[in-house]
Amino acid sequence: MYDSPIRELLITGKKTYTQVTTDIVNPILNPPTKGWLFGFGLASIALALGLYCMTYTLFVGIGSWGLNKTVGWAFDITNFVFWVGIGHAGTLISAILLLFRQKWRTGVNRAAEAMTIFAVICAALFPGLHMGRPWLAYWIFPLPNYHGPLWINFNSPLAWDVFAISTYFSVSLLFWYSGLIPDFGTVRDRAKTKLVKNIYNGLSFGWVGSAKNWVRFEALSLILAGVSTPLVLSVHTIVSMDFATSVIPGWHTTIFPPYFVAGAIFSGFGMVLTLMTVVRSVMKLQDYITIGHIEAMCKVVVATGMMVGLAYGTEFFIAFYSGSDYEMYTFFNRAFGPYGWSYWIMVSCNVISPQLFWFKKIRQNMVLVFIISIFVNIGMWFERFVIIVTSLHRDLVPSSWFMYTPTFIEFGIFIGTLGVFFTAFFLFCKFFPVIAIAEVKSVMRSSSDTYRTDHIKESQLEEAFNPAKGYGTVGGAATAYKSPEEPQP
Amino acid sequence: MAEYPLKKHIVGIYDDDEKLMHACEHIRHMGIKIKDVFTPFPIHGLEEVLGIKPSRLPDVAFVFGLTGTVTALSLMTYCYTFDWPVNVGGKPGFPLPSFIPIIFELTVLFCAFGMVFTYLFVNNLAPHVQPEIVDPRQTDDRFVVVIEATEDAEADQKIHNALKESGTCEPPREQYLRAHWYNVP
Repeated sequence: MYDSPIRELLITGKKTYTQVTTDIVNPILNPPTKGWLFGFGLASIALALGLYCMTYTLFVGIGSWGLNKTVGWAFDITNFVFWVGIGHAGTLISAILLLFRQKWRTGVNRAAEAMTIFAVICAALFPGLHMGRPWLAYWIFPLPNYHGPLWINFNSPLAWDVFAISTYFSVSLLFWYSGLIPDFGTVRDRAKTKLVKNIYNGLSFGWVGSAKNWVRFEALSLILAGVSTPLVLSVHTIVSMDFATSVIPGWHTTIFPPYFVAGAIFSGFGMVLTLMTVVRSVMKLQDYITIGHIEAMCKVVVATGMMVGLAYGTEFFIAFYSGSDYEMYTFFNRAFGPYGWSYWIMVSCNVISPQLFWFKKIRQNMVLVFIISIFVNIGMWFERFVIIVTSLHRDLVPSSWFMYTPTFIEFGIFIGTLGVFFTAFFLFCKFFPVIAIAEVKSVMRSSSDTYRTDHIKESQLEEAFNPAKGYGTVGGAATAYKSPEEPQP
Repeated sequence: MAEYPLKKHIVGIYDDDEKLMHACEHIRHMGIKIKDVFTPFPIHGLEEVLGIKPSRLPDVAFVFGLTGTVTALSLMTYCYTFDWPVNVGGKPGFPLPSFIPIIFELTVLFCAFGMVFTYLFVNNLAPHVQPEIVDPRQTDDRFVVVIEATEDAEADQKIHNALKESGTCEPPREQYLRAHWYNVP
């Protein structure tokens, strides 16, 4: 296979296979660092606040939230869509980039998939709590019940959502775990104590890594990637249909599915950037999550950010073009009404701030990337808030116009889900291989500075000095590698 | 699980994936049967060198996926069209378009679960399994070739020589293994 000598390296620092193992396994086997304990403690506090507010909601009821008869759902659904959206980057990196044979995915896919799973857990908490009686949550499934042979409404996008989110969660979990199995095997064989060895052997399911195991492993990853790719697109499409199939002005829009999917990828990559810029420096993984990885993700953020911007513009144009008074008013109110500030926060964070990623200097500056990624997170949270609250709070009858203000309990639950997310992520960083060890090793032959150089030299010389092909040298690169003792053709 | 007898094996260890590929070719060319190869990561092309057939997991995925499709469609048709048809504004009792999202989701769900559990089953992967590790470095940076020893000392010597010639990074060793893994053809 021809490797371009100018292609960026994905693994730097002259790593050998065993160095990759030690770099990733040692933090798991060593005691936690002070920074980890501090971060984990902080996340646990947020989690505790969330648990308090969730328990309060369960005892007092939804009345403890700021909802009213006009704004019937607000913070809960905003946070639900926010978290589901964040989940999308993980599956995009692991599935879609696998199908496109993007080798840079190997450095970040494990952490991004973990992020997906934790984000979907956070998302699922909100509809659960909004049910008011979460102990009856099983009613959302089509079960024969004692009220007579009634079934759930299969025509409703909310019922589709139940299937979509639960499928998405389980398939992502299977995908993530099947990739983790070989790496747990690696951790097991490095473990120093019997207890740790047994725990990781259990987690690795007794993996040995025989040739047949790997053939099946590759087949499994490919097919799982194949089915996850349409799945990830379907999930946010269905989430958008929760809104789009209603007849509320501002929601009743055919562009919602692609608009939401682009937004989900955008917000997901925003969150991946936030986490990865921190993880790579704190855990000293700069050789695996290189500047090149960060830049690639920044480029995805620019592209999807502009898609989102296009959708904002299209919505306004269609509202004007429809000639419908209600539609036009909703959009006028969205930008210039009492919640106009949230609209402009959204536009500046989502459309304007990612444009800075056009500049290479900014993409390569980790502090700026981190700050912009935080803006993306904020912007995408506000996007959902804007879509939901501004479309609802002034409905068709002016006498029922109401403002919505979230209560302390609602803020607490949101901070609590941040706590759930980061607690889980900190545990993952400490006890799980953060980088897919086997997958990184499998691309080292083509993409690392230890193994690739000889490979390139050989293949290019072969090409350059092959008289059968009828050409002498291919480009400057081949001549550059020509060693003096090499016989001239 | 049935007890497998301990058998003598000859183990060759390599430190490079490309060396391993050439070695496997060399050993098979000598007419020696390779019992199994253990590597820390998937090596493309190794399955061809060893003569392993492509995995049939994609077929499994298709069958399970189809099961999901049929389950979803028949469940919803039973509920909506036969068991309790609800007349909402005269809409049809068999609304196929609005069944499609759930049909799709269940297809993916069944496909993924069926395939992963088949994968675990055929690879003998489960939390309680105590695997037989030939060399602990096989999950790190060493590539292990295992050949079953014969009764015949001369033939064993031939295997030793073949392994040495093929570039093992340390002298081939004899090891008693309760090997019950699948034979590579």
